Amino acid sequence: MSIKHEDTNTSVPGFHMEGEDRGILTLSVGPQHPGSGHFRLIVKVDGDIIVEALPDPGYVHRGEEKMCEYRNYIQNIPHLERPMIADSCGILYPYVLAVEELINIQVPERAKYIRVIMAEINRCIFELYWLAIYGIFLGHSTMFMWPMADRELLIDLAEMASGARVTHAYFVPGGVRNDLPDNFVEKAVRHLKYFRSRLKEYKDIFYDNPLFQSRTIGVGVLRREDAINLGATGPVLRASGVEHDIRKVEPYDVYDELDFKVITMKEGDSYARAYVPWLEMFESVEIILQALEKMPNGPVRTKLGPNPKGGVAEVFKRVEAARGELAYYIVSDGNPKPYRVKLSVPSFRELPVMAHLLKGAKLADMPSIYWSMNYWPVEADR
Amino acid sequence: MVIAMATVSEFKFSEFVKSVLWLLFWVILIFSLIVLPIIFVILFYIPEPVINGVRINPYLLLTMLTNPQIGAPLIKATIESTFFKIAVFPGFTFAALFATVLIYAERKVLAKMQLRVGPYHAGREAFWWANSLGGFLQLIADLLKLLGKEIIVPAGADKPIFWAAPVVLVVAAAGLIALIPVAPNWVIADIDVGLLAVFALLGFFPLTTLLASYASNSKYPFIGGLRALYQLISYEIPLILSVLGVVILAGTLNLTGIVNAQNPYWFIILLPIGAVIFFITALAELERIPFDLPEAESEIVAGWLTEYSGMAYGLIQLANYIKMYALSALFVTLFLGGWMGPQIASSIEFFDVTIISAEEANGVTWFAIKTFGIALLMIMMRGINPRIKIDILLRTAWSKLIAIAFINVFIAVALLYLGVVPIAGGA
Repeated sequence: MSIKHEDTNTSVPGFHMEGEDRGILTLSVGPQHPGSGHFRLIVKVDGDIIVEALPDPGYVHRGEEKMCEYRNYIQNIPHLERPMIADSCGILYPYVLAVEELINIQVPERAKYIRVIMAEINRCIFELYWLAIYGIFLGHSTMFMWPMADRELLIDLAEMASGARVTHAYFVPGGVRNDLPDNFVEKAVRHLKYFRSRLKEYKDIFYDNPLFQSRTIGVGVLRREDAINLGATGPVLRASGVEHDIRKVEPYDVYDELDFKVITMKEGDSYARAYVPWLEMFESVEIILQALEKMPNGPVRTKLGPNPKGGVAEVFKRVEAARGELAYYIVSDGNPKPYRVKLSVPSFRELPVMAHLLKGAKLADMPSIYWSMNYWPVEADR
Repeated sequence: MVIAMATVSEFKFSEFVKSVLWLLFWVILIFSLIVLPIIFVILFYIPEPVINGVRINPYLLLTMLTNPQIGAPLIKATIESTFFKIAVFPGFTFAALFATVLIYAERKVLAKMQLRVGPYHAGREAFWWANSLGGFLQLIADLLKLLGKEIIVPAGADKPIFWAAPVVLVVAAAGLIALIPVAPNWVIADIDVGLLAVFALLGFFPLTTLLASYASNSKYPFIGGLRALYQLISYEIPLILSVLGVVILAGTLNLTGIVNAQNPYWFIILLPIGAVIFFITALAELERIPFDLPEAESEIVAGWLTEYSGMAYGLIQLANYIKMYALSALFVTLFLGGWMGPQIASSIEFFDVTIISAEEANGVTWFAIKTFGIALLMIMMRGINPRIKIDILLRTAWSKLIAIAFINVFIAVALLYLGVVPIAGGA
């Protein structure tokens, strides 16, 4: 996206209108703004109406894709989590699947279940984080604190399994790094049941609050056709009434053996985009409980050789991360290091949608539209 | 350029002691050579004041230290003086202390609502006595931080207005306190148009906000100032209309008269709708969540406060909390019967001189309890609500609140003519 930097010839910085007769004010929302994240949104307002919104990403570009080319397949695991530490299993999942296909190894059945459990725990961890910031973006400080506190329950579970609280590096090609501890199942069931009861309280204080509803219902309506044409994904797409979930469309690991619903809402406004993740967390809890019950005993990891390498091939794998469809495209030339790794992240795909929805919205609607997009600057910049 | 490398690590205790001793030396020198002569010159020329037939001189004040009985009538006279009322109680010092307690209560109550602890650790490791304060020292730390910060004035700012705005806000907030009676006959300015004066002072705040935002020469403050103006035109009319019912029932604009008219029934029993509207619009006046549009953080950074820093920002916050105390007190005065309540406090006596009578002490106690309760209610609104949108605020205020406020006025008139409430003021 090209940004035209305006020319400020005036000696004193500060308050200038752009085009005095039209009364357009250009606001630079971010990267130093409490409501932006590591990202800039150049917003042009006419009174209270946004006439143009230009997303300007790239402040936290880390060159993840290039870094992949200098490390072998196993060394790539920890740094690939960094773009999205709030959902670290989600961003690693397709990489691991792709590498497994590339070097052609089988995964034990128990490892597949453990991966699904950890992926869903991470989905909840991310969505709670996201919901907390949604709350504070709309000025609801209690909704900021509650999900942050309840997130600890799930982080504790993830820590029990993997040993790390946020960046687990738990999935490896061939299974998971280590088996679950003995008391994991019992503790997970207890935590998840309490977590489900806490989720219901969010509805009382947040979703049923008339002020929250007045701020989000009918705001930033994304129609079904627009959602498809602009390439929206994840909860944003499902909130516009499109029943699309990679876990159902293209099941990986053991998702086809588990019973869950794809949550959709037809409104497509900010409220629906905030409500769909909340309903999805209930489904995630269901998936985890089912997987804990069905999980067989056995090994959790197929041993690999010291420096695994694939043939001359290319693989494409995608999963449903917490923010939507996350895909890896890996090209191998037969070396232990990948020739090219391409990440297709959901956050970046929401940028055109955001620019589309912000146009014509009110300035006060900017936080609710921006944050309901599930946009994560660090992930989008990679 | 390594010349300017700071030598922070080279702290020498002897240097420190030396600097402190030098400071002491200069303080003593200036005090004894300049301040003391000035005091003696003043004492020589000014006639000694006479209170209760006793001539007050420095020796008498010193005698009071050894024999406090002499001072008892003087204390009573001091408390009854206008200066004491303005400066200490129920004036500025009391309001500032109340505001401090409110800030602490806000942090603690919100923390309890949000499953947190709130301020807890401040001073705990340094002072043994800080354990029992539960983090109250955090407020002192915040104050010291604000005092120590540089006040940055933006380039191109309208400097006189930019500097004046915090002061004007504090003065207007302090002016509000002067009008509110805290106990029978205990009010700084007992004027017949008390309620009108309250609204006149309340009109200062949005105007000052707009001027301050325009003087900041910045984009986000400008939007915040315009929002404050929009907010003013949406809440001010319902605010005034909600009080109209009270004025009809009481038959006076004098706040002491309004409190006296609430014997035996508080107006919240007769006019619950008016009380609710007053509470909502008072929240809007205070710019507190859910009505903190002019300082909406995620939209316009800090709104009209964006360019303020240091103690200028601190003064604005002080003004806000004093205003919160004043509006809670106004709610108590108008709807909750002011100082009235069952007798729980006893009189305060000092060597057989009744300094504060039982009636006054009781009034002050009840007034403080009620005001604190209303302020807590205002604080809790912040814990359960998000921010409202400006168009919804405008629509709700103009289409709903004004209509309901008129219903409230009709109820007041009906109560008057049905004879439920006697017509006051000899109408």
